[in-house]
Amino acid sequence: MMLLFYLAAAIALISTVAVILQSNVVHALLYLILSLLAVAVIFYTFGAPFAAMLEAIVYAGAIMVLFLFVIMMLNLGKKSVEQERSWLTGKIWIGPVIMAAALLVQLLNVVRQQQAEVAVSQVGVREVGMALFGPYVLAVEIASILLLAGLVGAYHLAKK
Amino acid sequence: MRWEVGSALNIVSILLVVVVIAAMLIWVERRLLGIWQERLGPNRVGPLGLLQVVADMLKIFTKEDWTPPFADKFSFILAPAIIMTVVLMSFSVIPFAPGVGIIDSNIGVLFVLAMASLGAYSVMLGGLSSDNKYALLGSLRAAAQMVSYEVFMGISLLGIVALTGSFNLREIVQAQADGWYVFPQIIGFIIFLIAGVAESHRLPFDIPEAEQEICAGYHTEYSGMKFGMFFVGEYLGLVLISSLITALFFGGWLGPGFLPPIFWFALKASFFVAFFILMRAAIPRPRYDQLMRYGWLFLLPLSLVNLLVTGAVILAGSGG
Amino acid sequence: MFSLIRDTFTSQLVTLWRVFKHMFDKKDTVEYPDVQPYMFPRWRGRIILSRDPDGEERCVACNLCAVACPVDCIALQKAEDENGRWYPEFFRINFSRCIMCGFCEEACPTNAIQLTPDFEMAEYVRQDMVWEKEDLLINGTGKYHDYNFYRVAGMAVGGKDKGEAQNEAPPVDVRSLLP
Repeated sequence: MMLLFYLAAAIALISTVAVILQSNVVHALLYLILSLLAVAVIFYTFGAPFAAMLEAIVYAGAIMVLFLFVIMMLNLGKKSVEQERSWLTGKIWIGPVIMAAALLVQLLNVVRQQQAEVAVSQVGVREVGMALFGPYVLAVEIASILLLAGLVGAYHLAKK
Repeated sequence: MRWEVGSALNIVSILLVVVVIAAMLIWVERRLLGIWQERLGPNRVGPLGLLQVVADMLKIFTKEDWTPPFADKFSFILAPAIIMTVVLMSFSVIPFAPGVGIIDSNIGVLFVLAMASLGAYSVMLGGLSSDNKYALLGSLRAAAQMVSYEVFMGISLLGIVALTGSFNLREIVQAQADGWYVFPQIIGFIIFLIAGVAESHRLPFDIPEAEQEICAGYHTEYSGMKFGMFFVGEYLGLVLISSLITALFFGGWLGPGFLPPIFWFALKASFFVAFFILMRAAIPRPRYDQLMRYGWLFLLPLSLVNLLVTGAVILAGSGG
Repeated sequence: MFSLIRDTFTSQLVTLWRVFKHMFDKKDTVEYPDVQPYMFPRWRGRIILSRDPDGEERCVACNLCAVACPVDCIALQKAEDENGRWYPEFFRINFSRCIMCGFCEEACPTNAIQLTPDFEMAEYVRQDMVWEKEDLLINGTGKYHDYNFYRVAGMAVGGKDKGEAQNEAPPVDVRSLLP
């Protein structure tokens, strides 16, 4: 199980880096999907199969499809690839790299100090449902109202 | 996560059988369409034309496998591989019979839905990477269609999940020992049937590849075995939807004891395969906007109402 | 919305059922190489040159067929025998151009050129589609069994004078006043 986790984590990290470095938008999106699927595998290995499947269905299966849909509409050709490539020069990298490195050091420090025991417990569909409609029911309702507002707004805009 | 048998031999044999069945369906479909159109269909190669599949395969393997110079090679090659992989992975959770199957997963239904939603990428990438207007139109249609119909497909199954209390396909089949779910979930069944056809984009919902309007849709630029993979993937999807309907609504392998369980499963599944082919023979293709309107304005409310009523009945039964 | 539901159960399901019933109907397919289809006698297929009941060539090399042919696929050369009768020295039909329109048959004054119900004329080499006189001539009369041009035509040729043909009176002397 640990091997599976490290493998999935490595895939997630590498593909996420590839998302940033890719100059072709479609390829970048494919790497992003791969990264999301790897995260789903990580969820699975830590006993949350429901979350894993939702990750695959909602993120990889629905949201990314819509992203790809939008990219199809944009008619990006060779020119945009060239533009992307011109943006990925060394000078631009320096700032973000320093800041990200500082963050990484902080994160490693925190992780090293905490040394929390990772207890793998199965969180099935039933548990997720109980949690969502028990203690977190208010959050679920608020989120659904937000989504409804988005839906109504989209309908209004599309109607125009 | 319990492995059924889990050996590589088991996986390979099941997937091989499934792929061979899907390939044979090419012949079955042509013969059945012929029968329903008062023709004969292919009957020349081998007895009853059974070796037609071999001939088709030989042809498709020896054809030029052409990648257009203007295509995006990476996605172009990836697209047909995705559909085969995704559909074959969906078969891993299908319970064919007691002891026959690859994984006995607690999230089987969700896994199938996830794989179905990933299948949309194959069609979209195929069209997008081809750099061809017909292919792009096809994949645009495919994206909208598949994303829409996934929703009803999922919701129509939730009634069954609520009745069984599990996402495990084996438990769903076993829970149907007293009665098939098609009777309490008739609306769910109809919605799943329609959404399944739309999801595997077969006629009458083959709008992404409508020959008469947009050439061959997303696989216009494909040839050789890459096209063959799309082709076999479509038939694999047909087998998958039929198997799912059998397992979810028609009691899977359950049946009178004089036949082995796997035979009952195959019998029911092949009935639905034949039904889908009959649909192809009989029903004309709707227009694209008709399809979307039908989905969002009719099937979605219907599936929600179905879920609501099912939930209310279960609640009343458990409370009273 | 209700019309949609009604249509689903009337139109679509009825369609499914009616198409399903075709299963029990007779198939329209003719399994061609195994079962030869019935060809109508007047089918316009492969062109032949027929002979008259005496076994002589009917063709008199009048060139009318070549003129009538819309695709110019007929080529022939006139020759004369010792009796002064015309016959084609060569007669060539290029079947890769022929469109089986039957104009040549209609133009022919001697019923020599006729179209037959044979359609199996595929060749691997295009040159084989050009048929010569010996390929076209048949040992029969074709569709008109009793017709012999020189027996009915009022023409003077070697061995037969005017008025000697069947059902033919001697020619009228237009300069005479006697009836």
